[in-house]
Amino acid sequence: MPMSAAEIEEAILAALPGAKVELTDLAGDNDHWAAKVTAPQFAGLSRVKQHKLVYDALGGRMGGVLHALQVTTVVPT
Amino acid sequence: MSNTPDVHARIADLVSSNDVVLFMKGTPLFPQCGFSARAVAILDHCGIAYESVDVLQDMEIRQGIKTYSDWPTIPQLYVKGEFIGGSDIMTEMFEAGELQQLLAESGVARAE
Repeated sequence: MPMSAAEIEEAILAALPGAKVELTDLAGDNDHWAAKVTAPQFAGLSRVKQHKLVYDALGGRMGGVLHALQVTTVVPT
Repeated sequence: MSNTPDVHARIADLVSSNDVVLFMKGTPLFPQCGFSARAVAILDHCGIAYESVDVLQDMEIRQGIKTYSDWPTIPQLYVKGEFIGGSDIMTEMFEAGELQQLLAESGVARAE
């Protein structure tokens, strides 16, 4: 059962309080999302570590229930 | 258990015996997934030689690579044995010119 925008945003905000999440449904099927996440927690982290924070927030659903999530991380300036 | 240490040893061997390795779905000529296709396009654009591993042909590596790098998705790029990222990170780095710089600094071979 693919994840809805609300579920994705909720999961990310729960793990990254204060983050801003911008979601785009790439294919209109609730299964191919692009997520732009701006979070203070990313400061000083490598891109891999930033993306891992987002994947960890989704609690292992990445690559399983959530087939395709295109992640872009931004450190707030 | 599919993630036995020997699959990690196989992966470690692959990433240490090749400067640039892309674990992907399909092959550079016939990528089987949009993210893998983008990773191939980026590497081709960088004009460097690289080894590709089709995880669809090897289910043990397909699962083992995720625990090896603690990264849940495919494709995965390795340069000089180090995990660089998936398709999104390759895109971000490429757009920022960081990937080209990393490849130049690593002295990896050009594509013929």
